[in-house]
Amino acid sequence: MIPIDNYIWLSTVLFSIGVLGVLYRRNAIIVFACIELMLNAVNLLLVVFSNQLNDPTGQVFVFFIMAVAAAEVAVGLAILVMIYRKTKSVDIDILNQLKG
Amino acid sequence: MTAYLFYFLSFVAIFSALLVVFSKNPVYSILYLIITFFAIAGHYVLVNAQFLAAVHVIVYAGAIMVLFLYVIMLLNLNKEDEPHKSYLAKIAAVICAGIMMVVLVASLRGTMQTATKSGSEIGFVNNLGKVLFNEFLLPFEISSILLLAAMVGVVMVGKADHTTQPQDKK
Repeated sequence: MIPIDNYIWLSTVLFSIGVLGVLYRRNAIIVFACIELMLNAVNLLLVVFSNQLNDPTGQVFVFFIMAVAAAEVAVGLAILVMIYRKTKSVDIDILNQLKG
Repeated sequence: MTAYLFYFLSFVAIFSALLVVFSKNPVYSILYLIITFFAIAGHYVLVNAQFLAAVHVIVYAGAIMVLFLYVIMLLNLNKEDEPHKSYLAKIAAVICAGIMMVVLVASLRGTMQTATKSGSEIGFVNNLGKVLFNEFLLPFEISSILLLAAMVGVVMVGKADHTTQPQDKK
């Protein structure tokens, strides 16, 4: 049985790598991928705690998070394709036109 | 044996997650993301969540990653000369992520290890299906409505450009 501290370390590191990717890259698709990475780090911790506490609710939550992530990626990538058609790039630093 | 498998899968997950962030080519980034997701699916099997491991592989590696790769190839982004942030912004990003990791570890470190029955079967399809269709029936149906709404929304967003562009040209 692996101590739960190891899983906390693992998912914290994965979540921080996701945050790093969101702050580090300018390509909007990679930013999306890093958001997926953060969602997966949280999912992993939910599954581990659900297994530890013998409670299936956590795993059901992970199931719903996966459904929401699929919807989010579909809508986000559609918006991204539209932005690419307008501006001919996926650079997120260009998208400051809402600035007052 | 389980510990070795855990450390191997953790190493693969973290290493390929770092490569997602630091590889120059977007296609390689997404391919490393697939490796990360498979490592996480291995972790799910390791904590006796077989159903979620199967769903994870089907949904992420099967659907979402295909969507990502499809969009990257549609936009023709497989070239190395993509824009980069300044070095100051990159260093600030690394420092922010490091501080965030320290805070998260410090807040979660003292978690108590509860005694568990080894080989619990709550992650199997049988038990999880009973919980999902008894306690969580309404959220399950609502999530199907969410997926339908997302599908309709994607079609609407995709069609909007076709309807507005001829008006711009007039």
